[in-house]
Amino acid sequence: MKGPGFFEADGRQMSKGAILLLMGPFFLLVFVAFLYPLGNLLSISVLEPTPTLANYERVFDNPIYATVLLRTFRIALLVSILSLVLSLPVAVLMANSRGPKAVLITACILLPFWSSVLVRTAAWAILLQRNGMVNGFLQAIGLTSEPLRLLYTQGAVVVAMTHVLMPFMVLPIYGALRNIPPAYNRAAAICGAGPLRTFWEVTLPLAMPGIIGGFILVFLTALGYFITPSLLGSPQEMMIATLISQQMRENLDWPFAAALVGVLTLIVTVITLIFSKVFQFDRMMGGRA
Amino acid sequence: MNPRSLLLHAYVYAVLVFILLPILVILPMAFSETTYLTFPPQGLTLSWFGDFFTDSRWMASTWFSVKIAVLTAITTAVVGTMATYALVRGANAMGTLFQAFLIGPIVVPHIALAVALYLFFQNAGLSGTTLGYVLAHSVIAMPFTVFTVAAALTSVDPALEDAAMSCGASRFNAFRLVTLPIILPNVISGALFAFIISFDEPVIAFFLAGIRDKTLPRMMFDDIEQNLTPIIPAIAVLLTLLSILVLLAAAVLKHMADRNKGAEGQ
Repeated sequence: MKGPGFFEADGRQMSKGAILLLMGPFFLLVFVAFLYPLGNLLSISVLEPTPTLANYERVFDNPIYATVLLRTFRIALLVSILSLVLSLPVAVLMANSRGPKAVLITACILLPFWSSVLVRTAAWAILLQRNGMVNGFLQAIGLTSEPLRLLYTQGAVVVAMTHVLMPFMVLPIYGALRNIPPAYNRAAAICGAGPLRTFWEVTLPLAMPGIIGGFILVFLTALGYFITPSLLGSPQEMMIATLISQQMRENLDWPFAAALVGVLTLIVTVITLIFSKVFQFDRMMGGRA
Repeated sequence: MNPRSLLLHAYVYAVLVFILLPILVILPMAFSETTYLTFPPQGLTLSWFGDFFTDSRWMASTWFSVKIAVLTAITTAVVGTMATYALVRGANAMGTLFQAFLIGPIVVPHIALAVALYLFFQNAGLSGTTLGYVLAHSVIAMPFTVFTVAAALTSVDPALEDAAMSCGASRFNAFRLVTLPIILPNVISGALFAFIISFDEPVIAFFLAGIRDKTLPRMMFDDIEQNLTPIIPAIAVLLTLLSILVLLAAAVLKHMADRNKGAEGQ
């Protein structure tokens, strides 16, 4: 995590009591609605029915569950790569534009960002249905003679998740690009580098923290994604979040659902800690408007 | 425009079409006369909006969501501003712990938090209650509010408060009369973000819903999963208008905040 730099302390010192009084509600809230419930759930995964690691062994030993885990990784990785390929040029143009063009691109990225995930998922369901626009288009250009089954497939999940998560990639990359002093580009040009060489050797390395940050953010969000895979995916090709929901709501197998949550939480926490340096949460959140 | 720049522009505009296409397709369907969803929409009617506004179940869930979102916005604004103020004005040593507690609930996948809260709230009798939702939504909206408030608070010169206190004001009055007016635009836009995050939140709402008390996103989830009626495009139009309004409000508030900063510098 970042040091105290962002929350700089200054001015007349407050008493310990005043600080406790001001921060108390925050810590209480996080304890009641985050730490305790999660700790309680994870304790079930190792304590029920008896103190055991059997619930975790089931996740990895049973080929069905191991497949779900692998598939989740594969889809999350694919979504992250697609998002990066689509986002990088957008972020580059956004960072280099002024005036109406900059406003247009920013609005296109921010509007979906702040609109409902359910609305966007429903839109994909409509586009991809049997008599939907995508099938109509494919038939019109003669690629297929009859409608394809597009909905409830992995392809539908990948396309819709890329669409939903892309803004999380654009914004950190844009932030990193905007922080590069324009003088660097001029210096490269004076030294005789063309625009492409400047991009590869100056811009891209300097933007790397934003690129890695965006990539990891999209990857982690995709790993635990629930809504889009549940509504657009095939029940035979579940991702881990849908499996957790099924184990809990249909099979009422709490210890096993808790172990799946444990695996997912552990993976996400470890990756976050490894990359904590490139995450600039303050910028990602505060800079959203 | 040289060829390389032309290529970049073409690529970016194609990506923007991809981003906007689903939204541009779903919105006109709200005005279609057909009972099934087809594009292009046929005829012109407002009856789906009428259905939404007259259906007691949709209305009940909408008001339930509004209530939760307003309470979440107030909770995060008050609790978040208090904690941020303490941190910026004294509790520097707690910075790391504070950030870990702040970021934790949004780093952990929503599905994990949702399942954990479902179990805990069932035992505590909070499933489907307003309090349960507000607690859950407050922890996931908190970082957005805190960072927005902190951005303003760190730029307020502490000497302003010191001056007020030297003139006899208590710390509370110094905050209320000097600092708060300066940071107010950021506090409000932080609360707006919290409102939207809560109002649109689908995953936790999916698990916490009781049999009677469902939030709007939970009702939408059920509708999309079962038969996807034209009420969904109608709601999409309303939600998109709401998002635009919030974004505009945030832009206006940002402008006000910048002006505050400018005035302070003179």
